Amino acid sequence: MAARLVMQGIAKRFGATAALSGVDLAIEPGEVLALIGENGAGKSTLMKILAGVYRADQGAMHLDGVPFIPSGPIDARRRGLAIVYQELTLAIHLSVEENITLGDEPQRHGWIDRPKRRELAASALAQLGCEHIPLTALVRDLSIAQQQLVEIARALSAHPRLLVMDEPTSSLTRADVEHLMAVIRRLRGQGVSIIYISHFLEECSAIADRYAVLRDGRSVASGAMPAVSEAELIRHMVGRDVSEIYPRVPHALGLPVLEVNRVSGLGKPKQASLALHRGEILGIFGLVGSGRSEMLRVVFGLDPIRSGEIVVHGVPRTRSTPTQRLTQGIGLVSENRKEEGLLLNLSIADNLTLTRLEPYTHFGMIASRSQETSTRTWMERLGVRAQGATQAIAELSGGNQQKIAIGRLLHHGADILLLDEPTRGIDVNAKAQVYRLIGELAAVGTAVIVVSSYIPELLGICDSVAVMCRGQLGASRPVAEWDQHSILAAAIGQESSDHATT
Amino acid sequence: MNNDPAAPLPPPAPSAHTAKVLAAFGPFIALIVLMVGLRIAVGENFWSAFNLRLILCQTAIVAIASCGMTMIIVAGGIDLSVGSVVALCGVLSALTVNAGWPPLVALGVAMLSGAAIGALNGLMIAGFRMAPFIVTLGMMGIARGSAKLIAHSEPVNIRPTWLDLLMRPFPLPQDPDWFKALVVAPGVWMAVIIAIGMSLVMSRSVFGRYAYAIGSNEAGARLCGIRVPLIKILIYGLAGALVGLAGLLEMTMLHLGDSTTAMGRELDVIAAVVIGGASLSGGTGTVLGTMIGALIMAILRNGTQQLEWQTATQEVIIGVVIILAVRIDQLRNRRASLL
Repeated sequence: MAARLVMQGIAKRFGATAALSGVDLAIEPGEVLALIGENGAGKSTLMKILAGVYRADQGAMHLDGVPFIPSGPIDARRRGLAIVYQELTLAIHLSVEENITLGDEPQRHGWIDRPKRRELAASALAQLGCEHIPLTALVRDLSIAQQQLVEIARALSAHPRLLVMDEPTSSLTRADVEHLMAVIRRLRGQGVSIIYISHFLEECSAIADRYAVLRDGRSVASGAMPAVSEAELIRHMVGRDVSEIYPRVPHALGLPVLEVNRVSGLGKPKQASLALHRGEILGIFGLVGSGRSEMLRVVFGLDPIRSGEIVVHGVPRTRSTPTQRLTQGIGLVSENRKEEGLLLNLSIADNLTLTRLEPYTHFGMIASRSQETSTRTWMERLGVRAQGATQAIAELSGGNQQKIAIGRLLHHGADILLLDEPTRGIDVNAKAQVYRLIGELAAVGTAVIVVSSYIPELLGICDSVAVMCRGQLGASRPVAEWDQHSILAAAIGQESSDHATT
Repeated sequence: MNNDPAAPLPPPAPSAHTAKVLAAFGPFIALIVLMVGLRIAVGENFWSAFNLRLILCQTAIVAIASCGMTMIIVAGGIDLSVGSVVALCGVLSALTVNAGWPPLVALGVAMLSGAAIGALNGLMIAGFRMAPFIVTLGMMGIARGSAKLIAHSEPVNIRPTWLDLLMRPFPLPQDPDWFKALVVAPGVWMAVIIAIGMSLVMSRSVFGRYAYAIGSNEAGARLCGIRVPLIKILIYGLAGALVGLAGLLEMTMLHLGDSTTAMGRELDVIAAVVIGGASLSGGTGTVLGTMIGALIMAILRNGTQQLEWQTATQEVIIGVVIILAVRIDQLRNRRASLL
């Protein structure tokens, strides 16, 4: 049997950075291949090359034995390749049926054939078992999970020979995931080849026949899925043992510094309670839409509080603005580093000292020399690698940017840190450094809340973990009492009742 | 198969339904309220055939230009060069008529030069990835300056042709019978036909839907294989052709090519689109809404003139209406997004 797709020696550079340098991949008809790799390993770039969005600098692709050099996404789609992108490609102002056929509409002389379009869209949704999604609804009125299903229906409507799914389940509910797995098995039975990208390794082992691992833009391992253990996969992904990624810095817990008692926001969270102690790293896990970010926003004063009480350092301070929270010693790093965290065009020094410029200010003018001297000290302490204090923050790697974002709070004197997805979009080495930084901060008495959607990092660095589900925050329990399964179960609301009452 | 309604759509609340009705008819209701209000304030002269014809004639030029602007704004762009291009195309068509060419050639010159300028805008915006605001701000100066250079900063008087009839609100006794049978000026009919045509293009054609897709999610549109740069160039080109036509009508209304006319007209055009419910962040807007927006502006102008308020007062009122319209639109969208 000839291979459905063969990719050989694919390489792609963007300016000075090599996104891919030598990727080999092969998939048979009717096979599910799990493509695994850390963020930034090059999975998405590889898929965009496959889709004809980018052209590879080197290497060859063959689809069913024929050289495959798509001129663009529509060409790739017509030749039997469909992609479900991780970032949604939907036009939210258009209807479900318009989105399903977008870019490849049934048409007569430039006019849309509307009955045909409805028929195509309906059959794609039916194939997915999602007839409950109304065809004429605007996509922006759908839930995130439904939007993701529309995105998948869009791919299916092309009747692909090769289907690529990039993190298709990241915002699906359990029931929808099972649904999707059934669809994938059915497609596989029809001879469709599927490349399945996910960082949920369990999902991958459940659905895939084979796996391929990418690391730093290279293929590093591949083989039959049943023959490989999860630990082995992780070692291939990160290139080292798990223990090295999550450095344990010894630290001791002290008195409570932040107590949240039955706090409700306008929508989420609902009646959330937690106690954070000096020197504690508390992890909060939740799926998309669980209210995990809103939890931090409410505590930091970004979202209004409807009821409940917040006690900071023993003093009741329920309603405070973000400015007041900063003076109370609480700092927040948003999950959207680039939009809500950093001033990308400004220098490291400006970003680091932004909230506390007084030490460098004389008669309202900033003395840039003392600002820069102080910044250099901080950069050393945080382990930031850059050309100097005046370099624009946009030029730094994600990991170094994140260190500056955390450093700003420390420079302000914060001893309670609220970190929302602190390692999103940064590479493994930088992650390890951020984890070490968090550990070192806890060792000197800083209290940290880490909100994350990545279970291994919570298990790796936290003292205790609490799980959010539909706006409810579960009780925080020592990390030793949790494992991957129990956290996920709690996150989708299947926690057994004895735990819920603990 | 376990087909539990994993994430069923919540039943639309009554307030959400009201919001949808408001979103669809909001500008229309505002228009009717305005008509009734001015009828009471001005008296029955306001609703006279004479005045209604005048209002429609005053609307036609902005209406035609704003059909194109609707598409630009829906696709997430903006065009600040409209006023200048109206003047330039007016001057060019006036010179064409005076050079002895038939009026149809002048029409072609106006529309083609408008289309060329629009396509050039689109080329710079899509090709060089420059901000539409900056590109068209530059073009505003280029077109205005060129008009003045070509006309030597003097009005270009034109010889009489049938073009003079296009924007004549009321037939004169010597006018041909077909003209009298039209009831309103041919320019108004042109605006109506263009609005219907553009409305169909925007809602039914692949090209029109791509404009919405680009304005809604440009990166996504690219990934769906839509040739975004080409579509943008076509959008600006088409809009430019309509601005060229508006320029010709302006010229026939003034009976001369005037390089200083239509200063700031782009703001009226943008205001009509925005009052009609389009969002400057792209993805929403309809031609019908824009037409109502254009009518609201023309009626406000006309009504305040009839009330003999000064021009300065009119300007303040129109400014307030624009801000109110956008604010109402915001509230409306917030309601809708709470669904």
